[in-house]
Amino acid sequence: MSGEAKLKVATVSLAGCFGCHMSLLDMDERLIDLLEHVEFERSPLTDIKRVGRCDIGLIEGGVCNAENVQVLREFRRCCHTLVALGACAVNGGLPAQRNHLDVGQCLQAVYLSRQGLAGGRVPDDPELPLPLDKVHPVHEVVRIDYFLPGCPPSGELIFTFLSDLIRGRSPRLGHPALRYD
Amino acid sequence: MTETAHFLLDGVAVPFAEGQTILEAARAAGRYIPHLCWHPDFPPHGSCKLCIVAVGGRHLSACATPATDGATVASDTPEINAERRALLQMLFVEGNHFCPSCEKSGLCQLQALASELGMTTPRFNHFYPDRPVDASHPEVLLDFNRCIYCELCVRASRDQDGKSVFALTNRGIHKHLVVNAESGRLADTDFAADDVAAGICPVGVILKKRVGFAVPIGSRTYDERPISAVSMDREEP
Repeated sequence: MSGEAKLKVATVSLAGCFGCHMSLLDMDERLIDLLEHVEFERSPLTDIKRVGRCDIGLIEGGVCNAENVQVLREFRRCCHTLVALGACAVNGGLPAQRNHLDVGQCLQAVYLSRQGLAGGRVPDDPELPLPLDKVHPVHEVVRIDYFLPGCPPSGELIFTFLSDLIRGRSPRLGHPALRYD
Repeated sequence: MTETAHFLLDGVAVPFAEGQTILEAARAAGRYIPHLCWHPDFPPHGSCKLCIVAVGGRHLSACATPATDGATVASDTPEINAERRALLQMLFVEGNHFCPSCEKSGLCQLQALASELGMTTPRFNHFYPDRPVDASHPEVLLDFNRCIYCELCVRASRDQDGKSVFALTNRGIHKHLVVNAESGRLADTDFAADDVAAGICPVGVILKKRVGFAVPIGSRTYDERPISAVSMDREEP
């Protein structure tokens, strides 16, 4: 393997809980096998902040604010193959459970009208990304090449999936690996 | 000895008795055809279209089409399964199907069928409708977010329980499940937890209270076997 160039993989958690990244780590010592074939570029695991040219991008989480949109578009521009990793990226997941509510009323309920919040205010620091009125799955914003559902997808499944991609095979999911919870 | 009437399902001969539909004959022969609104205890409904098959090039609902001698029926083909996936994807984006928080997860026919047919993405844009739940009944919760309009509860309550607790109202995209009470609340009907209708929902709309998540992940009905195998033994609501 030493003669082959390693594939570059970038990962990010948008409106997610980092559970999918924990699951990625949950493949345990197989990470070492994986690292013979890939190197991590921008990722919470490397703490690199900007994404460069990559072969594979893994997106955890849906799109809930303006920064998510920007990062997701950067990933699409930079990654040859983009993967929606986990339930939130695939269908919005838990954060999307606010979608039938008005985001302004949500902010007021959380920061102003909750008991014990006298004198509270809705955070308006210009550094904070603006929330979107709805949380979107990533495929509603950019083109996605592969979807890996699950909350989270297991480390085993992520390993098998990435192994297929690395070897140039189209990953195929079926029962019982393909699940939505 | 006369030769038994049969049709060819994906190239394999399936015998049938007079009056049987394609789906019934296939099931009797141990051949699974995907379905959601069909149930062996009720007449065909023909609304979900998951049981779509190609008979001599025409796409028909297998649950509502009588078997005919010598017919050539295609079911498990990439083209037809892609159509079924598209139907499932439309069902998923039309409601709020958030599997990780659903008590029916692992026991849900919609979810199991999506897994069986390899649906990895809802593909279309989500509607995210606003559908409040009805927790008024002491023993049963109604979560309308997951309704797929199969009318099994409507039929079971009307035809078997003799109560007509449920109905579908409005048309097209505005169609939705309602409770037949002045208040619209389940508590104001004579619905009971041991009604047939209480146990017939193929998804997670009608849920008995205080029994959710009793079976651990990994041991639930469709964790162990795919719906194509389970459905041959029994219809698991």
